[in-house]
Amino acid sequence: MHNFDYHRAASLADAAAKLKGAEDGKLLAGGMTLLPTLKNRLAQPSDLIDLADLGDMRGVSIEGDEVVIRAMTPHFAVATSLEVAAAIPALAALAGNIGDPAVRHRGTIGGSVANSDPAADYPAAVLGLDATVVTNERSIRGDDYFLGLFETALRPGEIITSVRFKKPKRAHYLKFRHPASGYAVVGVMVAQFAAGTRVAVTGAGPCAFRVKAMEEALDRSFTPAAVADIAVPHADLMGDIHCSAEYRAHLVKVYARRAVEALTA
Amino acid sequence: MLYDVKMTVNGAAVAGQVEARTLLAQFIREHLRLTGTHVGCDTTQCGCCVVHVDGVAVKSCTMLAVQAVGRSITTIEGLAAADGTLHPMQEAFREHHGLQCGFCTPGMVMMAVDIARRKPGADEKTVRHELEGNICRCTGYQGIVEAILDGSAKINAARINSAEA
Repeated sequence: MHNFDYHRAASLADAAAKLKGAEDGKLLAGGMTLLPTLKNRLAQPSDLIDLADLGDMRGVSIEGDEVVIRAMTPHFAVATSLEVAAAIPALAALAGNIGDPAVRHRGTIGGSVANSDPAADYPAAVLGLDATVVTNERSIRGDDYFLGLFETALRPGEIITSVRFKKPKRAHYLKFRHPASGYAVVGVMVAQFAAGTRVAVTGAGPCAFRVKAMEEALDRSFTPAAVADIAVPHADLMGDIHCSAEYRAHLVKVYARRAVEALTA
Repeated sequence: MLYDVKMTVNGAAVAGQVEARTLLAQFIREHLRLTGTHVGCDTTQCGCCVVHVDGVAVKSCTMLAVQAVGRSITTIEGLAAADGTLHPMQEAFREHHGLQCGFCTPGMVMMAVDIARRKPGADEKTVRHELEGNICRCTGYQGIVEAILDGSAKINAARINSAEA
């Protein structure tokens, strides 16, 4: 690992100031992706600004029809929150299947959403649950947030403070879990709202995306058969050492169908 | 630049000077010379480096020593009683021969204690699922799982007894 300077932010404003003042600063939340990245020398930030002391950046609350998860809340806290389990059980289940127990104790929702790893789980929830990403500067609609491979709508220096998920009528998240890493080879969130159904996919493309054809089909008929034959074009999907783009496209179809099966059984 | 770090390790206050990039696992092993915490993969997968930070299991190869400032750390050396009496989970690993080469054992035992705390009464399937971040390269899981089931039962029986007393 290359060396860097380490700072602990005393407040959100302090974090923003330190980030701005650094030559090439990075925020440190749980570190579950950032530290392995640094160990592999895939990044060389000049400064790490640790958000660990910002106690008001942790916790879960229910506000109207939204579940609000503050950015520094670890996956374990989301997975075991009775409030989340009551409001959006699919979100608690998703958080409980990220990585492994030790990773869930440290890894945070803000870090995951800011990083936008193509195989991370939370992006499927951000899109599928019509979430809003709240930063120290503004609110960003989930639909406008993911732009590409590790690329988001966040501007330099912008800090995620919370993610607000809308409570669906019902939702289910299923993933083909990479057996070694736990990352989603493909993950599909199907969520039904009064305004319509959302089908969000992670793991398959350079970033999370929605499958409009499946959403329209499910709005006509919320049955497994409705999505069983909807092909997802594989041209824009990822092929890698784990599987081909064609196989990922196939998995999207299979996992969407199974998610609907779970909701209609 | 060196950073002053102060934390509690196995109940004792410790201090040292580290680079920002020094991992907690390195600090524990190389500065404090507590070599029971192992580093197997260095990529956050194998779990040999699991310690408890403020009572919860974390991978010490994926935490900086500077992040642990002010925290309370327990390593495998801190589990047994001062007179050498093994922790019930260590005793269960001994009884069920929950190891083959022993390299992954410190992390397994630390995770096992965490599982017993979070999932009292866990069945075999749950224990196996909870161990997904701990790898035994000898594939000696059978004895490990048996040890965790037995150790958890004893720890939680003791907990209930002391609550009733």
